[in-house]
Amino acid sequence: MARAVTTKRKSINTALAWAVGLLIFFPILWTVLTSFKTEAQAIADPPIFLGFDWTFENYSTVMERSNYMRFLWNSVIIAGGSTILGVIIAVPAAWSMAFVPSKRTKDILMWMLSTKMLPAVGVLYPIYLLFIRLGWLDSRVGLVIVLMLINLPIIVWMLYTYFKEIPGEILEAARMDGASLKEEILYVLTPMAVPGIASTLLLNVILAWNEAFWTLNLTAAKAAPLTAFIASYSSPEGLFYAKLSAASTMAIAPILILGWFSQKQLVRGLTFGAVK
Amino acid sequence: MAIKSALRAATALCLISAVSVQADTITIATVNNGDMIRMQGLTDDFTSKTGHTVEWVTLEENVLRQRVTTDITTKGGQFDIMTIGMYETPIWAANGWLVALDDLSADYDAGDILPAMAGGLSYDGTMFAAPFYGESSMIMYRTDLMEAAGLEMPTAPTWDFIKDAAVAMTDKDAGVYGICLRGKAGWGENMAFLTATSNAFGARWFDENWTPQFDSDAWSETLNFYIDLMNEAGPPGASNNGFNENLSLFQQGKCGMWIDATVAASFVTNPNDSTVFDKVGFALAPNTGKGKNSNWLWAWALGIPAGTDNEGAAKEFIEWATSKDYIELVAANEGWANVPPGARQSLYDNPEYQKVPFAQMTLDSILSADPNNPTVDPVPYVGVQFAAIPEFAGIASEVGQEFSAALAGQQTAAEALEKAQALTVDAMEAAGY
Repeated sequence: MARAVTTKRKSINTALAWAVGLLIFFPILWTVLTSFKTEAQAIADPPIFLGFDWTFENYSTVMERSNYMRFLWNSVIIAGGSTILGVIIAVPAAWSMAFVPSKRTKDILMWMLSTKMLPAVGVLYPIYLLFIRLGWLDSRVGLVIVLMLINLPIIVWMLYTYFKEIPGEILEAARMDGASLKEEILYVLTPMAVPGIASTLLLNVILAWNEAFWTLNLTAAKAAPLTAFIASYSSPEGLFYAKLSAASTMAIAPILILGWFSQKQLVRGLTFGAVK
Repeated sequence: MAIKSALRAATALCLISAVSVQADTITIATVNNGDMIRMQGLTDDFTSKTGHTVEWVTLEENVLRQRVTTDITTKGGQFDIMTIGMYETPIWAANGWLVALDDLSADYDAGDILPAMAGGLSYDGTMFAAPFYGESSMIMYRTDLMEAAGLEMPTAPTWDFIKDAAVAMTDKDAGVYGICLRGKAGWGENMAFLTATSNAFGARWFDENWTPQFDSDAWSETLNFYIDLMNEAGPPGASNNGFNENLSLFQQGKCGMWIDATVAASFVTNPNDSTVFDKVGFALAPNTGKGKNSNWLWAWALGIPAGTDNEGAAKEFIEWATSKDYIELVAANEGWANVPPGARQSLYDNPEYQKVPFAQMTLDSILSADPNNPTVDPVPYVGVQFAAIPEFAGIASEVGQEFSAALAGQQTAAEALEKAQALTVDAMEAAGY
């Protein structure tokens, strides 16, 4: 029997949820507010929360100094490309692991995950040398492939978990009706796993968008995405926090908007199979 | 007729291709410091004069170091010019990774570059990077608080005077602290300051046989003095403070004195950012009467990685950015207080620049630092606030963490020095010294 939820308890839960939400969102809110301050107001002590003269000067300075659209376009291509390529490779891999497992499937899954445990800097030099040989330094193609490989274990794991929730009998029925392997994956499995695939796509776009080790170390002027755009406003000798905040706000805005509009899908996918 | 036309077309094609060969695009890796930002803003002047265009890659200092080091050691060829410092230049030049700047034009007047800067950016007598701007460290102090304390800052104060003045200027209830010094761990943060300070106390990193010296009395005196001073007259949480944090405190009137890079003088005297812009005095970094001051020497310089396809255009850019004309260009656009300091003698001979309040003290500080003879006792290394060996950055980063932990009260100075000695001995032995 479900426990009755009183109005008082509901209010407390709502207040608590808002408090936690605001706490998590506060650093982003502070960054956005700082981006509208002058440099002197940005470092004021005690800090100024809202009582300052709002200025767009930092945004105009950033737009004047940097080619924001080029950084943005590179981010879109790199994050989108690596995620789509990753999903194309991961769907058949996850299908085989979920529906026709071998005795080594668990080991392979663990091995794939273990590649995430190595610090990235440990393989910087080999990958850098490989990129020189292949002519991929400062190219979007190179970054799409590297980020795809980095996120592939997560994509396979997520899809594997979602596919495991789908009864194998449905696929078996499709096979008995004469569906080929391609038709089985494309027309039977994929539509049933749409929430899972969508949340995998979204999560990996976010991961690739925010990836700041390879995108900084393998790019120079042409393929640099928004992570390099932010890094260019960090200064060891000089207080440019307001401009840095403006650059950060411009870098996170697209992904924040994407996350906002797709939050329903994201939550649905992440909780897929959580309640049976 | 047909032959004539063909010849004309061929000549035109040759001319077009010759022009396109001469107009290159060069890629420059740099940091986001004020002087570099101004340089980026003035790039059109270089393009209009030479036809070359410039792509800027601006990165945070630590990221830049990792990025350019990876590229130069693997011959990645991503950059035509790299912004490097006095630490990297002699090491990279010795490895043959940099192009020698020994054929710059007569107009460039390389002899005008301050000898301390040219020397620190040379290897075997040849300059391998040209100084864009140079800096030392000095004392910046609040003239009003000094006066209220009934003291007068000498031109070359001792550490004992600085301690007395810091205590006298401290008013913790009002949120004013007598002295702000670097405490954040890092070879370019607290270790730059403490290594330079240790020189004045008669300490050194290594003796002539490359034996680490953290077990010496001089290092013990240095670290204990620093921690006592900061506990008595420093701001709370000083172990997290680097250049920017202290700059922020000073600009808000919370520091009586700040000993740091000379380049900070233009920030603390800027009325747009500083609440104390009209109450700042300058003095040489302190000494202990042993013949060495606590100031460092550094230059942000432009070097060309060996093997670049655009060496000619890169050299043209370096000549433009580090020339006398460039200084005039910045002065015309941004004022004399904003020209890149510390690189050329002619700047300090200029009557217009002499009017800038911190100009003379910056020059005096630079001239009083000697990278070839940095310590009281002889040492086998070059460098004032660092030892120009490849192992230094790694070792000093670890030592910096121990010293920062001691400042935070997590361990005693003696424990920090003991650990510093042990880890330095291990690292030097592993490196084959």
